Amino acid sequence: MAGIGAASERQNRLAPYLLVSPGILWLLFFFVVPIVTLFKTSVAVPDGPWWEAYYVALSNYGGHFLRSLEYATAATLMALALGYPLAYVIAFRGGRLKNLLLGLVILPFFTTFLVRTFAWKTILGDSGPAAWLLQHLHLMQPGGRLLDTTMAVLGGLTYNFVPFMILPIYVSLEKIDRRLTEAAEDLYCSPTRAFLKVVLPLSLPGVFAGSLLTFIPATGDFINAQLLGSPNQQMIGTVIQNQFLEVRDYPLAASLSFVLMTVITLGVLAYARVLGTEDLA
Amino acid sequence: MRRFSRWFLDGYAALVLAYLFLPIFVTMLYSFNKPAGKFNFVWKAFSLDAWREPFQYPALVEAMKLSLRVAAISTAVATLFGTLIALALCRYKFKGSGAVGLLLVLPLTTPEVVLGSSLLSLFLGLNVPTGFATIVTAHIMFSVSYVALTVRARIRGFDWTLEEAAMDLGAAPFRVFYKVTLPIIAPGIVAASMLAFALSLDDFIITLFNAGSRITYPLYVYGARRAAFPAQINVLATAILLGSLLLLGVTVLWQHRVERANAGAAGTH
Repeated sequence: MAGIGAASERQNRLAPYLLVSPGILWLLFFFVVPIVTLFKTSVAVPDGPWWEAYYVALSNYGGHFLRSLEYATAATLMALALGYPLAYVIAFRGGRLKNLLLGLVILPFFTTFLVRTFAWKTILGDSGPAAWLLQHLHLMQPGGRLLDTTMAVLGGLTYNFVPFMILPIYVSLEKIDRRLTEAAEDLYCSPTRAFLKVVLPLSLPGVFAGSLLTFIPATGDFINAQLLGSPNQQMIGTVIQNQFLEVRDYPLAASLSFVLMTVITLGVLAYARVLGTEDLA
Repeated sequence: MRRFSRWFLDGYAALVLAYLFLPIFVTMLYSFNKPAGKFNFVWKAFSLDAWREPFQYPALVEAMKLSLRVAAISTAVATLFGTLIALALCRYKFKGSGAVGLLLVLPLTTPEVVLGSSLLSLFLGLNVPTGFATIVTAHIMFSVSYVALTVRARIRGFDWTLEEAAMDLGAAPFRVFYKVTLPIIAPGIVAASMLAFALSLDDFIITLFNAGSRITYPLYVYGARRAAFPAQINVLATAILLGSLLLLGVTVLWQHRVERANAGAAGTH
């Protein structure tokens, strides 16, 4: 009996490693190794110092990096301003409609990302409904444009990633014990104060996760800038894609990509420190 | 004052929902448009033409078929790999589980353009030509994390002693898995695989880098902005939406039944 027990114990010790190995090996080969290759490609400059591609990347495309970070920050703030109240209403006042409302929030996921962005192109187009409405309300000059503007790009970015903001905030609001707010109000706390002192702090992990899930894809995105903006709104993703697939200057393309990853990783770490949240998943 | 602020909050939330729904409504509406030229961007007249001839453009049909094939294969593989990881993380305490958890989250905190371009630089370095196999490889890579995290969230907190109880009562390991483990984890697996399928069908940026000359549905839509943007694109998008809503509805009903059955079983024994 003792022998069988020892054997099954050994089996049990090995079991988790066997279970994780196919997926983890896949991630090592096709996620970790490629990042290393990316770095190697970026420093494989044919003639010149190893950092040459990085020098070119930062001096020629520094503006694109800054613009991408700026747009992503603005889109994240707008997504927060739109998403938090909606998540709040669904979590606290949704009642029996809760699941239906959540379904509406994830509905955009079921239409192709590109088709949705083309729909915005239709809505904001020069002969589209939004321009027509604004001109009839005399809110826009004749000949004014919505498409190919910074606002259009920001609107598109916000739209595409706002569900990623809403869902984590909803999850953290949903977990809050209702008796806490009741207790605060019983102790003569005003609803606003109860919100600021009880609900808001407890929902910060959701805000943290939601902001990252909005900010990260928004920084790297280039579809919204390409379809809804003009060349003046070009983001860093367009440059990376163009250098990799059209120009084929691989060291430069790889260095741009590597810088983007580094900037975002540093940003995420700094943000995690400020908000002090450890768990993302 | 209080009633007013509640009314204001509800109205605001309704406006945000309308904002979320607007492009979807436009997409559906324009599937009934008869565009003046090659580009279905301006409303001209109501027509059922595109719905009558949804497969009029062979290249679009080919792209859709390719996307469905990629999604089917990558979802099957990623669901298997991801579920095994989730099981390991939930059932065992082992050295390195923290590293596994971190490795699962990292692809989600890396921009797609970095994921796509780094994979391409790997394939370039190994002289692997990009095409069908590299698209599937990439899709499995980003789906594994989503599957593992979704399944883990669904089965965390499950009482695994039920398995031991079944074994103590003389059930063979295969029978234990089939009768006890599978019913518990099945709803999570179904939800995760639906998510992986939707992500694969929708992926554009990573695919763009690793597709070579192959054209998936999102890549076709992207190219269509230059040559022609027929209303059939909107028809297929609407069909995908309605199809997935139907599937979602069926799954939710089924999950309710499974959960009720599980609760019932736990209650009587």
